[in-house]
Amino acid sequence: MIAETGHYALILALALAIVQTVLPLWGTRIRDPQLMAVAVPAAQMQFLLIAVSFAALMTAYVTSDFSLQNVWANSHSAKPLIYKIAGVWGNHEGSMVLWVLILALFGAAVATYGTNLPRELQANVLAVQGSIAAAFLLFIITTSNPFTRLDPAPLDGQGLNPVLQDPALAFHPPFLYTGYVGFSMAFSFAVAALIDGRIDAAWARWVRPWTLAAWMCLTLGIAMGSWWAYYELGWGGFWFWDPVENASFMPWLAGTALLHSALVMEKRDALKVWTILLAIIAFSLSLMGTFLVRSGVLTSVHSFAVDPARGVFILAIMGVFIGGALTLFAFRAPLLAQGGLFAPISREGSLVLNNLLLTTACAAVFVGTLYPLALESLTGEKISVGGPFFNYTFVPLIVPLLIAVPFGPMLAWKRGDIVAAGQRLMVAAISALVVAVAVLAWQQRGPWLAPFGIGLGIWLIGGALSEIAYRVKLFDGSWAEAWRRLGALPRSAYGTTLAHAGLGIVVIGIVATTAWRSESILALKPKDTAEIAGYQLTFEGVAPREGPNYRERVGLFKVARGGGDVTTLEPSKREFTVERSGTTEAGIHASWRGDLYVVLGDQLKDGAQSVRLYFNPLVRLIWLGALVMFTGGALSLSDRRLRVGAPKRAKVLGQGLAAAE
Amino acid sequence: MTRKQRRAVLIGTCLGVLTLAVGLVLMALRDSIVFFYTPAEVAEKHLDAGQRFRLGGLVENGSLKRGEGTTVSFVITDKRATLPVTYTGVLPDLFREGQGVVAEGTLTSEGVFHADSVLAKHDEKYMPPEVAKKLKEQGVWRGDAQAGTPGAGKVN
Repeated sequence: MIAETGHYALILALALAIVQTVLPLWGTRIRDPQLMAVAVPAAQMQFLLIAVSFAALMTAYVTSDFSLQNVWANSHSAKPLIYKIAGVWGNHEGSMVLWVLILALFGAAVATYGTNLPRELQANVLAVQGSIAAAFLLFIITTSNPFTRLDPAPLDGQGLNPVLQDPALAFHPPFLYTGYVGFSMAFSFAVAALIDGRIDAAWARWVRPWTLAAWMCLTLGIAMGSWWAYYELGWGGFWFWDPVENASFMPWLAGTALLHSALVMEKRDALKVWTILLAIIAFSLSLMGTFLVRSGVLTSVHSFAVDPARGVFILAIMGVFIGGALTLFAFRAPLLAQGGLFAPISREGSLVLNNLLLTTACAAVFVGTLYPLALESLTGEKISVGGPFFNYTFVPLIVPLLIAVPFGPMLAWKRGDIVAAGQRLMVAAISALVVAVAVLAWQQRGPWLAPFGIGLGIWLIGGALSEIAYRVKLFDGSWAEAWRRLGALPRSAYGTTLAHAGLGIVVIGIVATTAWRSESILALKPKDTAEIAGYQLTFEGVAPREGPNYRERVGLFKVARGGGDVTTLEPSKREFTVERSGTTEAGIHASWRGDLYVVLGDQLKDGAQSVRLYFNPLVRLIWLGALVMFTGGALSLSDRRLRVGAPKRAKVLGQGLAAAE
Repeated sequence: MTRKQRRAVLIGTCLGVLTLAVGLVLMALRDSIVFFYTPAEVAEKHLDAGQRFRLGGLVENGSLKRGEGTTVSFVITDKRATLPVTYTGVLPDLFREGQGVVAEGTLTSEGVFHADSVLAKHDEKYMPPEVAKKLKEQGVWRGDAQAGTPGAGKVN
């Protein structure tokens, strides 16, 4: 009964989504306020219905109702509760329900908190949002129904893919989806503005919080995925330029660009057409990510199902929305008035450079991801584009951007003074150089460029701090005065600083671990010792152990350093009884220098054991930096001026603070 | 600066960055892509020793041998031709005889494939799509080896 209720709610939601699309659009055409007003309750009700459906599916998972085909295929009664819950979105059908749930949540938020939006804009936005929901609900109901029953019901399920049974991965998809789907808000606003043929700074003020929220969640989602791949896949790497990783990275790049161009639009009323286009591109890339992952055209742990019907359906959805939005753009964009002249050296100019480099880098990733697919469909030739391609293309495009980042906030709007900005960044530049030279002198191996990479990270962090120092006039006045100003700075200023500093932290982590990683593969017998990066490891042997739903072979390693015992590591190989497949659990010892990472391999013929050892210096800075960026975004989002429900009040307050900038 | 000059600077920068990007992409596409072949194709194409490519197929039953240290050797087959492979390192979790595998490396002059990475990162039902497709083309595909749905799936 519960499952049928969920299924029924999903169908009702589809009907309601169609109503939410058609009536408000019609209402804005004939200027009927009652028809336009339908959008608000429709969006709220739709969220409620999809929530009911999602809850029904979750109930089926928690109670292990194997009469549902979806639960049978992806769950098992012996699975720990958290993975029964995570199992809801650990498969194609359930994850699509989560997708529309988040979509509806965003729609309901605009309906509920957007009371002071211009009425027509709100109606149009909700109508566009409703049309996206309708398309995906139709997709779920026709091709990926999670409520399909099995008769007779099997006794037990098939279990969840063991590599997915992991705490970090349990929460990776919800964050990632919030990021993906969050860009639908920017998209809906963009299309609504195009339908309306009108756009102003208030529009950007409205779009920015949504984009920021989406960007934050996407940042965290990507970081979680990377963290999971690092410790669960047992390769000790943090990023593989896997097509599915790229699929989430491209919307991130476009979203980052959108975040910055919306700033120009809000403050200076310039770059309107470009911002609209970026909003469309960011969501198109999200849709493409969904298509690549869900259609199974790519090989990955993420491709749950290989079903051509689904791929074609999502491709059609993509075609309609991207094609439709771009056509609308082509007709309406020339109508949007351009405003705000600025000199090349100015805050606007630096943000244009930011956008240019980010979108170009995004395009390079796009080519690398899709080229193999295109080549295969055209010539039948199979190729793989791996890490080297992205290192040669993405890195040279992104490094100039990273060098330019600290200059941006130091330049004034309209016309900036690059020399003055340089002087204010002197401290950051000198510390970056000193660190780079020191590292160069200290390093015994690794590429000569690596110390400059570390310097670049320091430059980003130093530059971000310099901005705060400059804004509180740290070196011009008394300390007490600076302290007072520090308290008066808007939170969004700290948000910018944190986000840029977080980027610097990520850069340091990536450079250090890529350049100075140690790796060795050994055959060890019990009581053998091995040495890596100053650690002495003694292999004590292998023992079997039982887990809740798996058996494992655990290797015991005593780790010492400089004569003193450090820790004991227990890497293992797990064999999941139900799923009949295994995972590798790495033994990781984290210290401030980096991670010691031990992986147990196969049993060799003479009683030895193959073992992989890695030392990944400063690798945790990558995820720490992402967390700092997330915090920066959150701080900025909590700023009064950006508060979702209060654009009007914020305008008055914002002017006072904007004068201080 | 006049309006015209500003526009010139903007367009110039855009063109510069785009040219750089296109150049980088073309260069990288020439140098860093890797082709995918099955053993039969390797035999047909007379690939040069030292050329880097990905080799895909099934691990032949009974062919896995452990050598010194962590060196292993096995045979990859596409049921038409076979190719011996050597690899030093740790085999992935899901490496099994009779299962699909993709190895990346170079061909030595003795006709042995020297792999420096071996991928088999999926569950036991998994077959790399490249392998499945090539095997299908060659008519040795065993159909979907996936565990079937028990009972008649009654659609509700």
